[in-house]
Amino acid sequence: MRAGVIVFPGSNCDRDLAVAFRQAGADVSMIWHKDVSLPDNLDVIGIPGGFSFGDYLRCGAIAARSPICSAVVEHAKRGGYVIGICNGFQVLCETGLLPGTLMRNSGIKFVCKTVGLRVQSTQGAFMQTYETGQEILMPVAHHDGNYTAEDDLISRLDGEGRVAFRYLKNPNGSADDIAGVLSANKRVLGLMPHPERAVDGAHGGTDGTAIFAGLASVLENA
Amino acid sequence: MQEPEITEELIAAHGLSPDEYQRLLGIIGREPTFTELGIFSAMWNEHCSYKSSKKWLRTLPTEGPQVICGPGENAGIVDVGDGQCVVFKMESHNHPSYIEPYQGAATGVGGILRDVFTMGARPIAAMNSLSFGAIDHPKTKQLVSGVVGGVGGYGNCFGVPMIGGEVRFHPAYNGNCLVNAFAAGLADTDKIFYSAASGVGMPVVYLGAKTGRDGVGGATMASAEFDDTIEEKRPTVQVGDPFTEKRLMEATLELMATGAVISIQDMGAAGLTCSAVEMGDKGGLGVRLNLEDVPVREENMTAYEMMLSESQERMLMVLNPALESEAKAVFEKWDLDFAIVGETIAEDRFLIMHNNSVMADLPLKALSGNAPEYDRPWVETPAPAPLGDVPEVDPIDGLRALISSPNYAAKQWVYEQYDTQVMADTLRAPGLGAGIVRIHGTQKSLAFTSDVTPRYVMANPVEGGKQAVAEAYRNLCAVGATPLATTDNLNFGNPEKPEIMGQLVGAIKGIGAAVAALDMPIVSGNVSLYNETDGQGILPTPTIGAVGLIAQPGDLIDGAAQTGHVALLVGETKGHMGQSALLAELFNQQQGDAPRINLGAEKRHGDFIRANHALIHAVTDLADGGLALAAFEMAEAGGVGVSLDASDTATLFGEDQARYLIACDFDCAEALMLAAAAANVPIATVGHFSGDQVTFGAACAPLSELSDIFRTAFAAAVA
Repeated sequence: MRAGVIVFPGSNCDRDLAVAFRQAGADVSMIWHKDVSLPDNLDVIGIPGGFSFGDYLRCGAIAARSPICSAVVEHAKRGGYVIGICNGFQVLCETGLLPGTLMRNSGIKFVCKTVGLRVQSTQGAFMQTYETGQEILMPVAHHDGNYTAEDDLISRLDGEGRVAFRYLKNPNGSADDIAGVLSANKRVLGLMPHPERAVDGAHGGTDGTAIFAGLASVLENA
Repeated sequence: MQEPEITEELIAAHGLSPDEYQRLLGIIGREPTFTELGIFSAMWNEHCSYKSSKKWLRTLPTEGPQVICGPGENAGIVDVGDGQCVVFKMESHNHPSYIEPYQGAATGVGGILRDVFTMGARPIAAMNSLSFGAIDHPKTKQLVSGVVGGVGGYGNCFGVPMIGGEVRFHPAYNGNCLVNAFAAGLADTDKIFYSAASGVGMPVVYLGAKTGRDGVGGATMASAEFDDTIEEKRPTVQVGDPFTEKRLMEATLELMATGAVISIQDMGAAGLTCSAVEMGDKGGLGVRLNLEDVPVREENMTAYEMMLSESQERMLMVLNPALESEAKAVFEKWDLDFAIVGETIAEDRFLIMHNNSVMADLPLKALSGNAPEYDRPWVETPAPAPLGDVPEVDPIDGLRALISSPNYAAKQWVYEQYDTQVMADTLRAPGLGAGIVRIHGTQKSLAFTSDVTPRYVMANPVEGGKQAVAEAYRNLCAVGATPLATTDNLNFGNPEKPEIMGQLVGAIKGIGAAVAALDMPIVSGNVSLYNETDGQGILPTPTIGAVGLIAQPGDLIDGAAQTGHVALLVGETKGHMGQSALLAELFNQQQGDAPRINLGAEKRHGDFIRANHALIHAVTDLADGGLALAAFEMAEAGGVGVSLDASDTATLFGEDQARYLIACDFDCAEALMLAAAAANVPIATVGHFSGDQVTFGAACAPLSELSDIFRTAFAAAVA
């Protein structure tokens, strides 16, 4: 697996994401946001958590307009894999690769804790190792994780198997408890929880491993 | 621009006493310019010069084989083996946080992070020790919400895990909250950067954010008492930008790797003035600055404003001129300002030019070297009246009084607003005892704690000072860490009052004795004085931040109490009730003496815990709240009931020191009893963990009910 992790000036989970990719056997390149093209032959691009441009204006909005993001969109349109975590999810929504938007948490405060999630979809390489309905634990840490979209879009996402995870106990007011969303081809995953903080026994849980391992196994068998 | 005339009022407004002004005249032999007066005021205020505390700080033990760099640099440095070191410091941002809580706290976090990465270390952990006024004081909730928001807002964006700290409430902080920010970073021992300039004619480079008028006079403000004009001081509080700080950190570390940095200093209090003087003074050189080259974000800034601005996220460095273009490229990559604003000069001179006019021309060495130093009169704190009889209470009522108080309730409301896991190396998040992070990519971990019990220090500064260190030591031992070193953040009232000075002197004596006995030298620190409003001082609050090393994963103790575990108490219980949490929370009394600290016993018991870590499933130190609170917290964390044999108030709520509560199975308990007898360590079975009730003697209550109180009381109190 060849993975690229995009580094914006305010990314702060870029290393953590690279560690999780490497643990799943990937060669990882770190890609600077001012670059205009991606290294050749990347299988997956990770957009890490953090505060890409200080979360000024709107979380992820400036990042989505940075030079590298056009290349990320191209990669996704060619059927490449993309995962956006936390701020990366916000960036993916801002690029239009995923529908909806992430508003300020309903409690107005930053929220950092480990939350329960239910696996809603097992479609696509990121999700296929999980079981539908499986309950797992992952940390969240965000100020703007309140997923919002029109009602009909949300019911459509559900029907198409595009709601990846739901919160068991909603920490941020997100619509229909949605914690993560897939693209129509199931190759782009955006989620607020941090799977890269749940890949090591020392993290207190390894429920995030399946995302990276699932992708690795699909790529190896391709 | 015409500078104002120097008048008595202007001198007083700069916080210089008539004697200090005479001293200034003696040094320069003429009347200072306005800019020069500002520079002297910045260098000679309490915050920068430590003029009241220096005499006593010198008595603190600061050395040991583990110490690479003690006090005097931006942060202290301690060896953690394998060519790596931990760089850490704690610093207060009390006055700004009271005036503007969000920005005051945020820039406190920013300042301490900068101190750490200026030395070449990437920050890997942060803590905050916060003290607020009474929970029902009209200002408290707004301060809590603003300070916690500011700490989180800055640290979360910067990307450093918050892994510990303290939050307390007491009416003595009604007019002065305390925000003590700690940060620690990791560096390679052969890649540490210091502030001493070297080489004549070397370019002095300005890095980071642009300079504005924010914070002008901030250090002087931080060295004054508050009165009813406080609202007017708001413009002296700086505004933080954590996104810029994050870029500044990345750019600085990248720049250091190019070899372009000869010396470097962050701009903190009194910005350009302090940083330039510091670099020149340490290197035995003069500095010339050309202020028209300083990047500014406001128009028509005067020399005075530029020299005293406390705009955040700025650095000053001496550059190796051969690598100027490489250095510049790094800062352009991160979209930060990089400007050559002066040079080092051979003469002992601090020469400030602005558009070809000389705005200040001062002997540089004298600015820091000849700063006033006071041997302020002090009186020993009188021994407190002995405590009368404490009435027996229903022990469950006593426990309820503690865990329903925001002082002892769970602080999740606070810690959930901080990113505690960024960098994915957090092994133990804040909540119970020390926080722990792995040293990335190694088998080693670092444990951090911050501790002080201000009530004890108020009653007995010497014993209270010792206790702060001893509690930090115990918190580190209780996770299996070997204590390495400490940083002290000394918060006191007005040192010109002999009884306040007596508290400072006493606390330093106690801290000194304890760090010597427990081999935890002080490697960095900060003093915050004049924490008074309308003549009312805070409780003396010498916060101790401490760092310990867990050399291998097997040394870590991080289990939770389980059904069937024996509760073993290490240390001697005499039932010391003076200044206890129970007295304060249930009886609203602050009486009697602080508990005595037996440093020999502290050392012995801590060594015992670490030596026997393999037999210990879970352990916590006993601090204020005594056995009852410790047993409840262990039960609560493990989700299992606890039953203690004792029912008397002194045994359950007494605050004797050098004690730990252990949970382990019967076989381990037996082995521990044997080991303790051999090590001359008192140990006794005091109960067991099982069921779903908390039982003290004959009194009991469901754990779930108490747990509910414990987990909701804080949010309810601050909401």
